[in-house]
Amino acid sequence: MKPINETRISFPARSANEGFARAAAAAFVSQLDPAVDELADLRTAVSEAVTNCIVHAYPNSIGTVTLSVKLFENGRVVVRIRDRGCGIPDIKKAMEPLFTTGGEERSGLGFSVMQSFTDKVRVTSHPGKGTTVTLEKYIRMRGEVHT
Amino acid sequence: MVEVKLERAGDSLTALLRGEIDHHAAGGLREEIDTAVMQAGAKTLILDFSGISFMDSSGIGLILGRYRMMKGRGGTLSVRCTSARQLLVMKMAGLEKLQILQQERTENHETDQ
Repeated sequence: MKPINETRISFPARSANEGFARAAAAAFVSQLDPAVDELADLRTAVSEAVTNCIVHAYPNSIGTVTLSVKLFENGRVVVRIRDRGCGIPDIKKAMEPLFTTGGEERSGLGFSVMQSFTDKVRVTSHPGKGTTVTLEKYIRMRGEVHT
Repeated sequence: MVEVKLERAGDSLTALLRGEIDHHAAGGLREEIDTAVMQAGAKTLILDFSGISFMDSSGIGLILGRYRMMKGRGGTLSVRCTSARQLLVMKMAGLEKLQILQQERTENHETDQ
């Protein structure tokens, strides 16, 4: 199924860009006329994924984060957050709730939040090459009946 | 973007937070709040999230860091939160077990964030 619309943006892995990234994703998805809580879910999940890139991916430099958003006719939204940084050696461990390599002020809940607020989270990573986090969420289309 | 307004009452300090809390905002907040607590010699710190329109798990890190800080000073931390969504993330983090969440009526889930 081809997307009805898509966008891709890249920005430096600076914390100042976290707000921009989630706002950009939300702004793009808005054209599907989502419910307020659905958009909020997506904003939060994107914020977590982008923050992971900024906190972890590039320990010795400021690399690039690429955010792409694809919209499909049935309300399916696919957001991909990609970096070309150091990668995750043990993805299963990294996704454990409360596990963090980020120090004292990090909660280790990024992936848990992503999983709670989206329908599917997929992570691929190669140490030394980079990490891709793919988030999928189905937006309720107007006119659908819900029980 | 986040703002904090600090209010003192005796040996209690309230940090009224407004705006969005993410990893970027949390760094500055941490310093501002910790400095204020030290300067005031506060025994109780209240983090008021009522004015927060967005929070991700960086907000949890902020809370946990302040919890440890206050404990280290022999003081206590209390968190005031009126957003159902933010409360959900706090409970996911197990913050209820720390007995720091003020039990208050939450606003309609859909109207915030």
